[in-house]
This record gives sequence, structure tokens and C-alpha cells, in this order.
Amino acid sequence: MTKQIVIDPVTRIEGHSKITIQIDENGGVTDARFHVTQYRGFEKFIEGRPFYEMPGIMGRICGICTISHMLASAKATDRIMAVRVPETGHRLRQIINLASIIQSHALSFFHLSSPDFLLGMESDPAKRSIFGLMQMYPEVARDGIRLRRFGQEIIEWMAGKRLHPTWIVPGGVASPLEPEVRDRILATIPEIYVLLQRNLDWFKRKMEDYAQEIRTFGNFPTMFMGTITPKGELDLYDGHLRIVDDRGHMVEPSFKAQRYADYIGEAVEPWTFMKFPYYKPMGYPDGIYRVGPLARLNVIDSCGTPRADQEWAEFRQLDRRVVLSSFYYHYARLIECLYAVEKIEMMLDDPDILGKMVRANAGPNSEEGVGVTEAPRGTLIHHYRVDEQGRIVWANMIVSTTHNNMAMNRAVQQVAHRYVDGNKLTEGMLNRVEAVIRTFDPCLSCSTHAQNELPIQYELVGPHGEKLDEVTRG
Amino acid sequence: MATAVRSRIRTLKIDGRDVSAREDETILELAEENGIFIPTLCRIEGLSLVGACRLCLVEVAGMNKLVPACLTYATEGMEVFTDSERLRNYRRMILELLFSEGNHICAICVSNGKCELQALAQRLGMDHVRFANLQQERLVDMTHERFVVDRNRCILCARCVRVCDEIEWAHTWDIKGRGVDARVITDLDTPWGESDTCTSCGKCVRVCPVGAIVEKGRAVGEMAKRHDFLPHLAKMREAKK
Ligand code: SF4
Ligand code: FES
Repeated sequence: MTKQIVIDPVTRIEGHSKITIQIDENGGVTDARFHVTQYRGFEKFIEGRPFYEMPGIMGRICGICTISHMLASAKATDRIMAVRVPETGHRLRQIINLASIIQSHALSFFHLSSPDFLLGMESDPAKRSIFGLMQMYPEVARDGIRLRRFGQEIIEWMAGKRLHPTWIVPGGVASPLEPEVRDRILATIPEIYVLLQRNLDWFKRKMEDYAQEIRTFGNFPTMFMGTITPKGELDLYDGHLRIVDDRGHMVEPSFKAQRYADYIGEAVEPWTFMKFPYYKPMGYPDGIYRVGPLARLNVIDSCGTPRADQEWAEFRQLDRRVVLSSFYYHYARLIECLYAVEKIEMMLDDPDILGKMVRANAGPNSEEGVGVTEAPRGTLIHHYRVDEQGRIVWANMIVSTTHNNMAMNRAVQQVAHRYVDGNKLTEGMLNRVEAVIRTFDPCLSCSTHAQNELPIQYELVGPHGEKLDEVTRG
Repeated sequence: MATAVRSRIRTLKIDGRDVSAREDETILELAEENGIFIPTLCRIEGLSLVGACRLCLVEVAGMNKLVPACLTYATEGMEVFTDSERLRNYRRMILELLFSEGNHICAICVSNGKCELQALAQRLGMDHVRFANLQQERLVDMTHERFVVDRNRCILCARCVRVCDEIEWAHTWDIKGRGVDARVITDLDTPWGESDTCTSCGKCVRVCPVGAIVEKGRAVGEMAKRHDFLPHLAKMREAKK
């Protein structure tokens, strides 16, 4: 007889999901799956809408990565207009993208995941949240809030509104940067460097306590994909895509993001709404790859900024060739924050950033447009087709979390095998299953459950659907 | 003097207040003169009145049915009520019906923050829509070089029809069909970009209270409109006739 454990919903991630664990008679895990239980159909309901409305509509997909969606969407519409975004507009988009990545990484690392590292995987679930952190490690909690605010304030100052700003438009951005805003951002940067260094230090020390998690948290060979500059440096907004294998060998040294469809296929499974992208030449499921901070730091030749490069060198020492454990996504997030701050500083230091030409105008000049950017969680692809009037007739999106779908499922299986014993439902082991999901920081939609506020249910289900056991927490 | 004859004075009550009106004055005008708010959508200064939106409904003592303030003239001894639980409910319901009929998702609309329908919904406290959206598929026409009409956002106020006919004298716009099938059309329901009559003057863009007729290429909230040109133009047209 097989039993099934259901974790529903998974807490401290964005969106709605469920984990089921199949147990055999002896309590051994036979299978584990990560389901996404919501369906949002954006691709369908934009049909017939004017193409230039896309950034505004697409930003609504998510409240955490609004900026990323707006940027990928705006880049696709740039292509439909067949224009080149003015240089200043291009850089302003880059800056807001970096700010968005910082605020998202801060949320993931500090608010959602650091309670696990600092309070412990087995600690009281009622306290294992940012609020518990506030009591035990107030300085870390404060740093997290400060870092997130740094990113959000840049967005707010540049775009006028923190959530769903409409400043990112087809052809560029709506308005130039005010000198006063530039100065305000630059003035806060030194403090942020200190903050990041402080937290990198404790996290690196802490990693030593988690050798077991590092070994078992989504630690398996896959390929990795990320965006690079022409020099092979880290790029989070624009550039070519690169895929490397689990030994760090180039699978695709550099291909045009526009041609993603030649390289990436999408498989579907009946038990989840999330598709399974795979590297086409290797087929499904062998073409498994990961995206996001870990992947990006695995594909590049260097970050291209001095402080981040120093950390990156240490990061690459963690594993023999490429860094395989998904646990290191957390570390990669901190390094990317460092890179993002350096990059923002570099761009703001250039007086051209105050240029007044920031937006190109045009009607529809091309039937198709692909926009690809690096969102906090990985490569984000928006692809539209329009009719001769410029109305959307077809759209496809591959969001960052989706690229990681196969890897997340495999990671859940790995952790379930290691930690779950079907005869004993302990909160700590089930939290580990969730924790591995959180390493990917999946953003399944648009809502944030930053606190441990949702009651979480585990169900032990027999082969005929009968409920054998139930545990509720939260 | 002719005007003196026409402007005979009526005395009546609005919301318990004694007011006096010229006999050619509507309840709406009189209320506005006295600083009393009555919501309106289809009415616009400088164009004829159609009484299409029914938002200006008021109660009159002795009458069972509600009357549109924009089309009802003041009469001697009349007692008008512009604000009651019943009226507030009616007005909110009318707004909800408008919202449920089309696509009025403000957050992604070019007219967000600059829309008369949205402003009214806020002012009248319409915080949710009780009716399921009709989910109609109405065509967006992007054939015009500079403008676009999104019929999903149209509330059929007929301002565009009137301004085009009465001020621009082009009569490009019309309304076709009845009930839920009613649509604004250009010429004989042919693509706007192919219109023989449209002069591309842009007046319909300026008077459209929502984001239905707008300039092309605008991002969310970028479509600001002004129609203070209208009364002046209307006067010129009057003089020409
Ligand atoms: S298009 Fe605008 S002006 Fe014309 S009827 Fe519709 S809402 Fe009124
Ligand atoms: S304003 Fe009176 S009916 Fe529209």
C-alpha cells in the first residue's frame, strides 16, 4: 500500500503550490512532486490588446517582479516597433532592473530564508519568520529591511511609484533621471556596501553548519543558463544567453536571446499548471537546466565589477567545476546584490545618465517581438506577435521560475528521500522539503506570503484517497 | 425684450433649500449654480443633451419615477431631492453595470487617474462590482494613424458622436445596435483608418470621458484630456447658424 503526504500550501514563497510525497508501506519515499495549483492565463487575455499596453498589463503578473515583467515586455515591444532605445533610456532601464533585483533578493534571503539559517530548520515554526528573527537577530532583520528599502526606494524615486510603476514604456522610459535623484541614490551606496559585507561574512561562516543541507538540497548535475555580456561578464538586463553543463563545459557559448525557441522546448505534465522547459537538443527530461543567481554565476567568466568578482572567485571554489548545490542560490543572491550596487554606482557616476533622450516612439513595424531579461529568479522571456494594426494575436512567456520547474521537482525528491520518513510526520523534516523549494525562491504569481501566516496542511493519503493522517501548522 | 420674456423666474426647492431658476434652466444647471453636486457622465458643456447615462437622476416630490436632472426643467413649486439612500444606490448600481459591461480595469488603462468614470466611482463610493462581467469581445480598432478606439472601454455616452456631428460637422461617429450589442462605429461600420469623413481633428479623443478613444502609443495613465475648448467652439457654431 502506498500513502501520500500533501504539503499544501507551501509557506514563505510567492504564490500557490502544494507538495505531495508518495510513501510505500514501509514509510519509504517513492516519489515527490511540486504542484502549482494556480493558473493565470495572461497569454490568453491580452489577445486583441494594443501592443504598447503590454508593459503596463504584464507588470501586473507579479507584485514582486513587476519591474522584470515590465522590462521583458517593453523589450519585446521595442522589437515590434523596430526601434533602438536611446542609450540613456537603456541605462535607466538597467538601473531600475538592478534595483528590482536587489529588493527581491533581499526579500528572499532575509525575510523568507534567513529564519531557517539562523533560527534553525527544526526551530519553532511560530517563531521561524522575519518576526522571530527580529527578536533573536535584530541586526540581521534590520539589514534585510534596509536592503530591501534601498532597492524599493530607487524604484520609487526613479519611477514615481514602488508597486506597479508605469515609467517603463515601449521604446524606453517615460522621463529622464532627475540629478537630485541620482545624488540621493549615490549618497546611500556606501552604507549598503558595508551592510552587504557584514551579511556575507556571517553567512559564509554559517554555511559550515549546513554541510548536510548543502549536500542534499537540490545538489545534482544539471545544465545552467544565464545572460552574459559580449565579454562573458554577468549581465542582468541584456545580452546573449549561455548554457554550460554540470562540469562547466560550454553547451551553448552564446546565442541570441531572440532565438530562444530554437534552444528551449516546453513540456507539459497533467498534474501541474507549470510547464517544464528543457534544452531542446537533449530532449525532455534530459535537457534539464537551472536558471537564476546560481546559474548566472556558473555560466559567466567574471562579474565585471571588482567587489563582486572577489566574492565570485570564492564562490567558484565551493565546488570542483560548477557549483551544483541549490543551497548556494542564497549565497549567489548576496553576490548579485553586491554586483548590482556596484553596477548602479558605475552607471550613475557617468554624467550621460542625466541625458534627456530616453524614449523612442513608433508604431508597429514588425510582426513579432521577443524580449528577454534576467529577472531576480532567472531568465525571463516575453514573446508577442501582432497583426498589421499592432494588436496582439499571440503571446508566449517563459517566466524564470518555470525554467527551474524540473530542477525543483528533482530537488524535492532528493530532500524527501533524505529527510522524510513516512511513519513520522515531523514539522522539521517537512520544513526542509519546503526549504529546498525556497532556495529557488520560486515566484508562482503575484502575492507575497512573507510571514508565516498561512496555515499549512500535511495530508497522509492512502491509495484510494482516504485520509490517514493530518497535521496543520502555521 | 425677448430675453426678459424667456427668463421668467421660477421658485422651487432643492434639498429643502429655496432657490430660484430661470424657466429655461435645467435642474442640473440650477443645482450646479447653487453648489449642489449631481453626478453626470454623458453631459458635457457645449454639446446637446442626450440623457444617456442616467447618473443625474433625482427625485421630485409627487412623482414616482426618477427624472434625469440634465433634461428636466425647473417648474414653479417643484421639490427636488438630489441625495437619498435610494439615489445613492441607483447611481452606484449604474456605475457597477457600466463596469461589468466592458473592460474597466483601471490599473492597466491609459486613462488611469484621468478618467471621468473612475473619478465618479471613487466619489460615489463604488468599491466593488456586484455583477459578473459580461466578458464581451469588442473590437479594438487601431487602423487610424494617430488614434485608437477600444470599444471595451466605451460607456456609450455618445459624446464622440455629438462632438463630431455638432462641432466638427463631420459625423464620422455613430452608434450601431441596441442594448448590450450597441457599439460606437465610424462611417458605415468600416475601419476608422479608412474613413472618408474623419478629419483627424481629435475632438472625439478630447471629449471621450474614459480611455475608449485615445491617442496611440500611450502607456498606463499617460492619456490626459482637456475639453475646455468646447463651450467656445459651440458658441462659434451657434453664431454661424
Ligand atoms: S467612445 Fe468615448 S465618447 Fe464615444 S460613446 Fe464611447 S465613451 Fe462616449
Ligand atoms: S448626465 Fe444626465 S443622463 Fe447623463
